Amino acid sequence: MKRIFEILEDNARATPEQISTMLGMPVGKVEKAIKKAEEARAILKYKTIIDWPKLGKEEVWALIEVRVTPQRDRGFDAIAERIYSFPQVYSAYLVSGTYDLAILVRVKNMQEVSSFVTEKLAPLEDVQSTVTHFLLRRYKADGEVTEPPEEFKRLPITL
Amino acid sequence: MLSSTEGVVSLGIGEPDFVTPWHIREVAASSLRKGYTMYTSNYGLLELRKELAKYFELHYGLSYDPQSEILITVGTSEGLDLSMRATLNPGDEVIIPDPCYVAYSPCIVLAGGVPVTAPTSSENDFIIKASDIESRITKRTKIILIGYPSNPTGAVMSRGELNEIAELAQQYDLLVISDEIYARLVYGVEHTCFASLPGVREQTILLGGFSKSYAMTGWRIGYVVANSQLIEAMTRIHQYTMLCTPIMAQMAAIEALKSGEDDIEMMVKEYDKRRRVMVKGLNDIGLPCFEPKGAFYTFPSIEITGMTSEEFSEKLLMEEKVAVIPGSAFGQCGEGFIRCSYATPLANIEQALRRMARFVNKHRKS
Repeated sequence: MKRIFEILEDNARATPEQISTMLGMPVGKVEKAIKKAEEARAILKYKTIIDWPKLGKEEVWALIEVRVTPQRDRGFDAIAERIYSFPQVYSAYLVSGTYDLAILVRVKNMQEVSSFVTEKLAPLEDVQSTVTHFLLRRYKADGEVTEPPEEFKRLPITL
Repeated sequence: MLSSTEGVVSLGIGEPDFVTPWHIREVAASSLRKGYTMYTSNYGLLELRKELAKYFELHYGLSYDPQSEILITVGTSEGLDLSMRATLNPGDEVIIPDPCYVAYSPCIVLAGGVPVTAPTSSENDFIIKASDIESRITKRTKIILIGYPSNPTGAVMSRGELNEIAELAQQYDLLVISDEIYARLVYGVEHTCFASLPGVREQTILLGGFSKSYAMTGWRIGYVVANSQLIEAMTRIHQYTMLCTPIMAQMAAIEALKSGEDDIEMMVKEYDKRRRVMVKGLNDIGLPCFEPKGAFYTFPSIEITGMTSEEFSEKLLMEEKVAVIPGSAFGQCGEGFIRCSYATPLANIEQALRRMARFVNKHRKS
C-alpha cells in the first residue's frame, strides 16, 4: 500500500491504471486505497511544483523565527493557529531550539513581508519577538532541485 | 550511426541511469582532497576487503578471509579475465549458457580455452539446466561459468536449480565461476550466492562488483572471492597487469558497503516499477516476454515479425528511432529475441513502447 502513495507523492498525475501496472496490483485495489487515503486526509491535496520566477512572476519568500508565550491548556497550538491562518503563511512549524515557531511566508514583494510582520504578526499579544530572514535563492524546494545539474550523457549502447 | 541520430530513445543501455549516490561521491572527493592518491596493496585496501568479508557473512552466511581470499579488481570484467587466465590450460573447456554476457566467450578464448555453450530457452525462462550441462561435460571440461541474474535475459536461478549444478560440479570435480554482478537487483525473489550452496565453497570463484548495485560503472571496481590458492594465482597476474585498483574507487566502495543499503533499496524499487511497465507493455504489443526477476533487462521474442533480431533492431532504429540490442549478440539461442533495458526513466520506456507498438503493427506477419 505504501508504494501507491510513494508513486503519487512523486507524480500526482500517475493514474490508477499506471500505478496498478507498476506495482502489479489490481486497479480496483489501487483506486480503493487512494479513495480511502483521500477521505482520511492522508492525501491532503494534489499540487504542482512551479518555479514562478521562470514564468516571469516575482515573489518574495521569508523565513520568520517567532518566539511566543505558550497558553495554559492549549500550549502552542492556539497561537500557531492564529498565525498560520494568515494566507501569507505558506508553512508553519513548531521547532525546538532558541525560538518556537518557524514560519515560511510567501508574498508578492518585500513591502508585503514588512507589513505582515509589523501589522499582523508582531502585534499578536502572545508573540514575544520575531526575526525575519529573506530567502535569497531557492536551490531545492519540495524535494526538487530547481536548476538540474548538467545532464551526464551515457553511451546510447552498452552491452 | 546511433550517436548521430536525433531523438533516439535508447533501450540499449547496460548501466544504471542513476548517478552514484552523493555520499559515495563525497567520500571519494574528500579522499582526493586529503591526498589519498597512492598505490594500494595488490589485493586492494584491507579495510575494503574486511567490509566485503562482513558483507558475505551478513548476506549469505559465508566466511572469507579478507587477507587471502578476496581480491579487488578493476571492474568485474578484470575478475572474469583473471579467473580464466589463472585456471585454464590450452584446450580446456568452459561450459557457458547461451545466450550469455558478451565477454564470456572472448575471455575464455583469450585464455586459450574453448567455450562450450549450453542452450537455454524462453520455455525455461532462460535457466541453464543441469542436464544440459552434464551432456556437454568431456575430459577437457574444467569450468562451468554462469551469470545469474542474467544479462541479457534478466533470468534468476532458484536455490534448487543452482543446487543441481553444485552437485554436478562436485561429482565431476569442476570449478564454477559465478558472475553475480547483478546479485542485488532482484525483484520479489532471493538471490542465491553460488558459494553458499553445500559443499562448493572451495571450488567456486565469485565475481562481483559495485557498478550495478551502487550505480558505479565508471569507477571500474569489482572483486573476486575464492579460496586462497586461486586468489593467489589471480593476484600474480593482477599485480603485473593492473597492480591495483585506483584508490579513490576503493575509498568510494568502502563507503558504498558501509552505508549504501538505502540506495540499493531505492533503486531496486524504481527498477521494479519500470520492469512491470515494460513487461506488460511488450506483451500488450505482441512481443511475448517472460517475467524477468533480476538485473534490468527484458528479453522479448520478436517471432511475430518474422525478422532476425538484427533486422528488427536495425529497422526499429531507422523507422522509429528506438535502440535495442539484438539477442543474437549474446549467442545463437538469443536469435529471435531482443534485449530491452529498463535502466532508463519511465517516460522514455513509455515513449519507446508507443513507437514499438506502431512498428510491430506495421510489420507483424501473423
